[in-house]
Amino acid sequence: MTAQPLLDVQDLTVEFTTRRGIVQAVQHVNISVAKGETLAIVGESGSGKSVTSYAVMRILDRAGKIAEGSVMFSGIDVKAATEDQMRDLRGREVSMIFQNPRAALNPIRKVGDQIEDVLRTHVQQAQVADHGEKAIEALEQVKIARPRERYHAYPFELSGGMCQRVVIALALACNPQLLIADEPTTGLDVTTQKAVMDLIVELTKRRAMSTILITHDLGLAAAYCDRVVVMEKGRVVETAKAADIFANPQHPYTKKLMRATPRLGVSLRDLLPEEETVSFASPRVRGEADAQSAAGEGGSPSTVLAESPPHPDPLPASGEREKGKPLLLIEKLVKEYPRQGATATLGKLFGRKPPVEPDVFRAVDGISFSIGHGESVGLVGESGCGKSTTSMMVMRLLDQTSGLIQFDGEDIGGIQPAAFARLPQRSRIQMVFQDPTDSLNPRFTAARAIADPIMQLGDIKGRDALRARCEELATMVGLPHNLLDRFPHQLSGGQKARVGIARAIALHPKLVILDEPTAALDVSVQAVVLNLLQDLKARLGMSYLFVSHDLNVVRLLCDRVIVMRTGRIVEEGSSEKVLSDPQDDYTKELLTAIPHPPLPVH
Amino acid sequence: MLTMIGKRLMFAIPSLIGVVIVTFLLTRALPGDPAAYFAGPAATKEAVEQIRKKLGLDRPLIEQFFRYTNDLAHGDFGNSLTTGQPVAAEIRNRLPASAELTLLGLIVSVVIAIPLGVLAATRPGSWVDHLCRVTTTAGVSLPVFFTGLVLVYVFYFRLGWSPAPLGRLDVFYSAPPTVTGFYLIDTLIARDFEAFRSALSQLILPATTLAIFSLAPIARMTRASMLAVLASEFVRTARASGLSPATVIVTYAFRNAMLPVITTLSMVFSFLLGANVLVEKVFAWPGIGSYAVEALISSDFAPVQGFVLTMAVMYVLLNLVIDILYGVIDPRVRLEG
Repeated sequence: MTAQPLLDVQDLTVEFTTRRGIVQAVQHVNISVAKGETLAIVGESGSGKSVTSYAVMRILDRAGKIAEGSVMFSGIDVKAATEDQMRDLRGREVSMIFQNPRAALNPIRKVGDQIEDVLRTHVQQAQVADHGEKAIEALEQVKIARPRERYHAYPFELSGGMCQRVVIALALACNPQLLIADEPTTGLDVTTQKAVMDLIVELTKRRAMSTILITHDLGLAAAYCDRVVVMEKGRVVETAKAADIFANPQHPYTKKLMRATPRLGVSLRDLLPEEETVSFASPRVRGEADAQSAAGEGGSPSTVLAESPPHPDPLPASGEREKGKPLLLIEKLVKEYPRQGATATLGKLFGRKPPVEPDVFRAVDGISFSIGHGESVGLVGESGCGKSTTSMMVMRLLDQTSGLIQFDGEDIGGIQPAAFARLPQRSRIQMVFQDPTDSLNPRFTAARAIADPIMQLGDIKGRDALRARCEELATMVGLPHNLLDRFPHQLSGGQKARVGIARAIALHPKLVILDEPTAALDVSVQAVVLNLLQDLKARLGMSYLFVSHDLNVVRLLCDRVIVMRTGRIVEEGSSEKVLSDPQDDYTKELLTAIPHPPLPVH
Repeated sequence: MLTMIGKRLMFAIPSLIGVVIVTFLLTRALPGDPAAYFAGPAATKEAVEQIRKKLGLDRPLIEQFFRYTNDLAHGDFGNSLTTGQPVAAEIRNRLPASAELTLLGLIVSVVIAIPLGVLAATRPGSWVDHLCRVTTTAGVSLPVFFTGLVLVYVFYFRLGWSPAPLGRLDVFYSAPPTVTGFYLIDTLIARDFEAFRSALSQLILPATTLAIFSLAPIARMTRASMLAVLASEFVRTARASGLSPATVIVTYAFRNAMLPVITTLSMVFSFLLGANVLVEKVFAWPGIGSYAVEALISSDFAPVQGFVLTMAVMYVLLNLVIDILYGVIDPRVRLEG
């Protein structure tokens, strides 16, 4: 590394003035980035990694300020610079790529114009004439097909991956020296993630730019970065070369993060920190719950318990469990959406492009599969493959175009979605949603949220009985009882996820549909929640339909995996087999797109 | 585009039919006998009966309705019982008066409220923000007749700056030939600048009264929606790419914040158009609101029906304009319809 780093952050402390006094989001952080270096800042939410990068660009909120320390960027003191100097720096010398590309672009301005705005701000007057061409060139650089056409596109007309390319084009338009990428691929599919990351690396390497990659994904950091900085609660806990940090993590937090990252060759239990593994499966909690379920919650949980191992690891194979009829049987399920609705007609009146697609769009194209009693099946695919549509049809939230949905021997495919909500079968199928925050009513306490399905469909009457059942459920999902009277905004992400799970199992469902239940959670919380789900399944004898795009997570929790693409099933089989020996090209592509740490960790 | 407008107008037809039916029934259900009112207090029973027959009020309701709709189809809104004038002509004269007043009031209000809201949002907690809060609270809490009277007292009675609050034009000037019905525009077309000045000076006080009242919703909505947009991620992106504050606020934040403001504007406009009776009374303004209220008090069917129908049509047109504006500002609306 050169003697003079491009960016040198010394003893940085960032403070936020809040209603409860001053909060130090970042404390005494030292980070340096050399010319041409790629640095990863890794940490979970609230670790201060984004705030650090905002401080470097001085785009903190009004409430935040750099309290101590210095930020030097190629000889300029960022803390002391005037706002005009900083504006000159932003976009031209340092630029940023954000999480959630769609929100990062002005929704009502053409993407070409947005790139031009940046060019016009920073490029000399002499070259002003050809901004349009330069913007198109910038789009070309990020490998957007037909850039001349896309120039006139609005963000909502582009896919998430395409939007992120536009944001990258925007950031790189003026050839900055430092690129800060703040979770650039969170929310994108794995194959898109790989394409976007490869693109960033290619472009920055070619221009000898320095990069800071902010991420929560250790695998991503390891695969693309030279050095890794690990942050926890506003402090840097470890700085090391990417290769070293995986081979030989020093700090306990780094070790914990590494353990919690789902990867090849580990089981669910391995994700938990050593000390927690014991407490999680502690016989006390376990015994309590078993006792009550045997005491009179209907016979089925205890019978399933008998045949499940005491410490249930992911079940090796599914074959022997499929005795008798499957719990859920789906045959030739099809869902079509009309393309030419009333909205499309109106769009045509305004739009300039003639419609090219056929009249109907098949979101789900004749799929068949089954889920046995007590089995968990993973439904994997990228966004738009029809996996969510499938789960919605099983939930009867959507009406299918054709095909059979048989649940517990009964045909539920013919039931109108509106009517299904009042039927007894409704309580047998429950769902856990992707976003633990948005799926809870903000005006309901945790207890009220858990009690809601019981009040709608359950047979428990009376305040005290309801409360007792809520507490029982809270115990099962490991939610402390004193949190039951809190509102969602007073709970952490993991606690909210537990409330969502408690609500889903409140009515003793036979099938729980898990729609990416851990996608919004930090890895360490994800590890705990996955283990919880696994335990609950074994204890209550439920079946899971696990909808996810994360193959590593699916492998840990599911007996069988179904891989979907454009509405069809491309591969199906036991988790171990599909993921270790994929047959279909698409599955292989998905698997190779997952970034892996260079070395296995133990 | 034209097809869309046509379609939207088609959608409005059922609601207009509903308005016709409801106003017809409602005016018939009102207490008071128009025949008796028309005949005067000294009229004999026979005279009242005769008038009732002449007005067709002795016929069954359904027949009256068909006669009414048939007249409507021919552009005949009926005659006012009190003035004897055709309602259509009266509305044609009075609607521009109200529209001119409301529009000018709204323009004044927008010119003040939107910059105020934007400034308040970009500097929350500053003196501009507090000024915005105080002005809007004061504006909305003072009743319009009160602000109107205060303005008349100060600017006409005390200072003598403005003319007597007696209608649209000073008595010494004659009304310009009607082109748009808006005196400000018509006088300019007629190149009668003296009359223009007179019309303007008559307009200023009532328009200011309206502006003070409508300041609050517009400024508050601008502030709130600007605050939301300024906190959004694309504004952060714009700032992170070094765009100048003016570009960030105008091109990125303000255009996005406009949508709710436009909705508020349309609501305020349609509310003021029909509901500023008090202002019209204070300034002796020959507007449509006071016309309708007077007709209502004297159980005069035809003007009330005509008024409600006109307002319904105005609402439909206004909503159409708002929808088109939405489409111009937000490309997403064009697709979603």
